[in-house]
Amino acid sequence: MTDTALDTGARAHTPSGSVRDFIELLKPRVMSLVVFSGVAGMVVAPGELHPVLALTAILCIAVASGAAGAVNMWYDRDIDAVMARTAARPIPEGRVDPDEALAFGVVLSIAPVMLMGLALNWTAAAILALASAFYIFVYTIWLKRRTPQNIVIGGAAGAFPPVIGWAAVTGDVSVGSLLLFALIFFWTPPHFWALALYRKIDYARAGVPMLPVVAGERATKVQMLVYTLLLLPIAVGPYFVGIGGPVYLAGSIVLGLLFVLCAVRVLRDETQKSAKQMFTFSLLYLFLLFALMIGERLAG
Amino acid sequence: MDENRTPATVPDAEAARRLRSKNLAVLAALVAFVALVYVVAMVRMSGG
Repeated sequence: MTDTALDTGARAHTPSGSVRDFIELLKPRVMSLVVFSGVAGMVVAPGELHPVLALTAILCIAVASGAAGAVNMWYDRDIDAVMARTAARPIPEGRVDPDEALAFGVVLSIAPVMLMGLALNWTAAAILALASAFYIFVYTIWLKRRTPQNIVIGGAAGAFPPVIGWAAVTGDVSVGSLLLFALIFFWTPPHFWALALYRKIDYARAGVPMLPVVAGERATKVQMLVYTLLLLPIAVGPYFVGIGGPVYLAGSIVLGLLFVLCAVRVLRDETQKSAKQMFTFSLLYLFLLFALMIGERLAG
Repeated sequence: MDENRTPATVPDAEAARRLRSKNLAVLAALVAFVALVYVVAMVRMSGG
């Protein structure tokens, strides 16, 4: 190292980020829905879990989800910089060094899997590892920039949390947990395509082949309607395997019909207003479905 | 993309403050992790 380099290093530093920046790397808002669906899986699973072990499982799911988000931000830093929605993230804004973000994400991806295996069981740990690997390698690195089906296949990553929560309690994967997986899996495309409809220019500029960019708005809206229709019978499925009761059954039908109605409005609307409303409703839809499951189980 | 960016620089005092905050956060996380592993071990050994 030269004297000049030493001098420069002594007076100024490249940013290494604040604690808040690193928390932002964990995508806290995404994490909250992941945790909520994981908790739902734990609550509705047959069996009991010591409160300390239950909290440990929730913590593992939360940290692993955040870590996958950090690695995603590291890999996508180039396209994040050109999209209005993501340009203010810590890496594109230069607040966190990319290498630090990667190291942070990798370390936090491994620790929860080990803890889940040692504290709960290795089935839950294996599914947790699979979910992280799927999100990073299959969705982020392989599919996202290559195919308009990116969020259809990649949506599986977001569908794992209730399966992990269920497995933490029972140590296995069963029809009930697979139904919860299917619920999120079929919810993901209309949710993300609603967003992609009003962020189409952003995605096109970044070169991400989201369906509205590649196939056009009409084809996307038709597919969104198809997925909401497919979701109707899937969402009532938990009732028939004993996960939800009559309140859940009624709620899932009403919410499902409202989701279909949203898709119909999007199909008829030439502006982006309905798509924005559908995106917001999709979050409420999933939150309420899991809340009904949890509420009915705790009340019963 | 980010390779072409010139990273913003921050003054010494600000960098030191951030580093101290991060060190404390890492310390807190490690202590919490050790405590959690201890409690989990106790629960598991008691048959929980």
